[in-house]
Amino acid sequence: MSKIDVEMTVNGEAVTASVEPRTLLIHFLREHLNLTGAHIGCETSHCGACTVDLNGRSVKSCSVFVGQAAGKSVTTIEGIAHPDGTLHAIQEAFRQHHGLQCGFCTPGMITRAYRLLQENPSPSDEEIRYGISGNLCRCTGYQNIVKAIRAAATELSAKEAAE
Amino acid sequence: MNVETNPSREERIGKLQGLGSSRKRVEDARFTQGKGNYVDDMKLPGMLHGDFVRSPYGHARIKSINAEAVLAVEGVVAVLTAADLKPLNLHYMPTLAGDVQAVLADEKVLFQNQEVAFVLATDRYVAADAVELVEVEYEELPVINDPFKAMDADAPLLREDIKDKTEGAHGPRRHHNHIFLWEEGDKAGTEQALADAEVVAEELISYQRVHPCPLETCGCVASMDKINGKLTLWGTFQAPHAVRTVASLITNIPEHNIRIVSPDIGGGFGNKVGVYPGYICAAVASIVTGKPVKWVEDRIENLTSTAFARDYHMTGKIAATRDGKITGLSCHVLADHGALDACADPTKFPAGFFHICTGSYDIPVAYVGVDGVYTNKAPGGVAYRCSFRVTEAAYMIERLIDVLARKLDMDPAELRVKNFIAKEQFPYTSALGWEYDSGDYHTAMTKALETVDYKALRAEQADNRAAFDRGETRSLMGIGVAFFTEIVGAGPVKNCDILGLGMFDSCEIRIHPTGSAIARLGTISQGHATTFAQILASEIGIPAEDITLEEGDTDTAPYGLGTYGSRSTPVAGAATAMAGRKIRAKAQMIAAYLLEVHEDDLEWDVDRFQIKGNPEAHKTMKELAFAAYNQAIPGLEPGLEAVSYYDPPNMTYPFGAYICVVDIDVDTGVTDVRRFYALDDCGTRINPMIIEGQVHGGLTEALAIAMGQDVSYDEIGNVKGGSLMDFFLPTAVETPFWETDHTVTPSPHHPIGAKGVGESPNVGGVPAFSNAVNDAFAHKGLTHTQMPHDHWRVWKTAQRLGLTGA
Repeated sequence: MSKIDVEMTVNGEAVTASVEPRTLLIHFLREHLNLTGAHIGCETSHCGACTVDLNGRSVKSCSVFVGQAAGKSVTTIEGIAHPDGTLHAIQEAFRQHHGLQCGFCTPGMITRAYRLLQENPSPSDEEIRYGISGNLCRCTGYQNIVKAIRAAATELSAKEAAE
Repeated sequence: MNVETNPSREERIGKLQGLGSSRKRVEDARFTQGKGNYVDDMKLPGMLHGDFVRSPYGHARIKSINAEAVLAVEGVVAVLTAADLKPLNLHYMPTLAGDVQAVLADEKVLFQNQEVAFVLATDRYVAADAVELVEVEYEELPVINDPFKAMDADAPLLREDIKDKTEGAHGPRRHHNHIFLWEEGDKAGTEQALADAEVVAEELISYQRVHPCPLETCGCVASMDKINGKLTLWGTFQAPHAVRTVASLITNIPEHNIRIVSPDIGGGFGNKVGVYPGYICAAVASIVTGKPVKWVEDRIENLTSTAFARDYHMTGKIAATRDGKITGLSCHVLADHGALDACADPTKFPAGFFHICTGSYDIPVAYVGVDGVYTNKAPGGVAYRCSFRVTEAAYMIERLIDVLARKLDMDPAELRVKNFIAKEQFPYTSALGWEYDSGDYHTAMTKALETVDYKALRAEQADNRAAFDRGETRSLMGIGVAFFTEIVGAGPVKNCDILGLGMFDSCEIRIHPTGSAIARLGTISQGHATTFAQILASEIGIPAEDITLEEGDTDTAPYGLGTYGSRSTPVAGAATAMAGRKIRAKAQMIAAYLLEVHEDDLEWDVDRFQIKGNPEAHKTMKELAFAAYNQAIPGLEPGLEAVSYYDPPNMTYPFGAYICVVDIDVDTGVTDVRRFYALDDCGTRINPMIIEGQVHGGLTEALAIAMGQDVSYDEIGNVKGGSLMDFFLPTAVETPFWETDHTVTPSPHHPIGAKGVGESPNVGGVPAFSNAVNDAFAHKGLTHTQMPHDHWRVWKTAQRLGLTGA
């Protein structure tokens, strides 16, 4: 099959590749770039395990062709922590509040929460629940995820106020 | 060596982060950064990808398979069919239930999406393309998917491969679609109790077909090293050692030349207990090609071909006196096992532990009979977040008690309390033969009813019903009460085995010279690296953070039967404690030598042995560990290691009281869960944070089952509910807030008194939701309506009762 050349920024680094045009973004990330943090749970855009950030919006990368990401900036779970290696407040809050169990939904969930808190820095519990409703979790019953996101929002707001 | 600065006893206990500590999970660091290691993350040099050609029909004869066009496609390496597997005698594999399963369909397909051919290609896209190009010619056959018609005289024959077998793995078969009849209890005595009863309540209670649907599907990577003859399989295995033994028996590769590894697993819930055709095909493909082969199913394949759960149709009859004392229980089950019997139950229990169905009640006489039948549906019947068939049993008895309460015009909570097994009756032997280890049901129920203010709820409901009748509201309030007793931790080897393998579990511990440790377990699961280190910390006095836990690699871990049926804590947890005690026993001998006293003059205190009456004279475990490696102690081997294989003397019996309040809009059927309270008693609590997390998750799965999940089939064998478009997984929006609570009644026979909790919320949650929905309509004459209680079905119920506007 003929190939296309794509260029994009992934986690702050420029990436170029020659791939089949039908390549899905999730397969490009996982198999070409070896960024296996985002997962494949359904391939039909229901579960959100493949959620990444594309030019400042949460997308389900199982339903995005690699060409649609060309020239854009992609952030995956591997790019959420701070450059010095310390965890982002959301990652830390998920650990503190037991917001994960098997860990399979976690990268998508955290990547979504990362964007949600930029869209709405101080969401109510109900807004958090709506905000993550595109991401399914089979282990936690969401309660501790909501708690973790709320805690991270408080932490991030406090940090911003201090700066 | 002693450099400690005399911390207090409390500080020393705190430092261990042992039993009872809400220790943060050590697993989380990698998962929150996307550094987990799941099977689909694996990439090996030269790895090929496998994909299945599947049957579009529910029942059909395969006339021909033509793969010529496919083999011409660039990147396609091979196409395997039953004809290729036959010479290797690998076209059939044994199931966990004593039946056989076609690895690739042999002449016939028996359910939609059954595996017909395995395509092997250099890339997953090429493999998917190639699947479309394999030409299979079918001749359609009549389909049976109503279990109630499976044993009709003119029902089509499904299993031609065993048509002449009148004796199955569990006794005689009385029809070509019959698998077994399994009976327990006193049939004649129970019939007599029903005949003599003042009141009998009877109901057909169906538990629909559902699916565990973990977020990660099943998959594996097989790699045959042709140089040293070793086959390695990484995969989604809840029981890696059992997989190794089965793989050895099937392939004739000696067991030492097979290595099974369970890496991180993205949820199992019973779906990952079985051995599936994909694993066998990947292994065969790797053996044939000498290259690593990956097979990972997609979501539709997961929902439609790897292990489903339930499909149990239970006719319960319960006898009682007019004042509400239960005098007998009878239950007949029609069990739809699909096209083959691949239930994951201990060998001697083809209906699992369904005979826990007398529940939490002191019932003098009981009988159960379970008929298993074949239909044109996917195989399975696994314990979806429950011990073997326990959620079915709990649903049946907890619904039936409510039906009886209506008939007696008694409050369902009061009827339960009246029939509870009393605290002083434990250990209690049930009419169906189980010995319940411990319980205090009255205390738990009283706490639950008081916490939710049950009386006030019933008063509010009376007001709501009056307002509804006056036309002031279109919403009805329902209150669901469920009190469940689980039976987990299979199990004593004397009566529990899987494929002849006794259901023990194991732990091996090595203490390093500087006082840290590694423990390896026979089981596997998320959370163990945290909680089992806590068990050990309390047993051997080494801080949990200094103990590495390793599981899931059969080359390094001791043999164990795996994780399902809530058996990790009851069995592997016990093995961990016992191995820890062996370490401590040797440490005590070392301490006696170093302190120059007799062993009996020493006592254990948190993290050290001290001389009785003189705690200043002591040796910490850290010091003893070093001594084990640097001192020549007469009569003692150097080193500090232990192995324990634990065969539990009995099961454990966790229990709980759940109360659910719903508001139902009768014009739309929308059912809002206003409140859910869950009190769990799982004995000793190892890590409260993790227990609560387990309860939240299990309740959410119970919500999904009770309120929406349904893998049904149409009349020509098409599976409905085979994708996440049709199969209900609740989002954060539908999921209510969970209130959790607990009492603690330790197990008397478990080394640390723990009973297991992971599955309780599923077992107790389903009847609590269903009872609440049924209760909302009880005053309008409803006794029972089948699950799932999705909006449409609830609306239909309201309509049938004449409550809707239209």
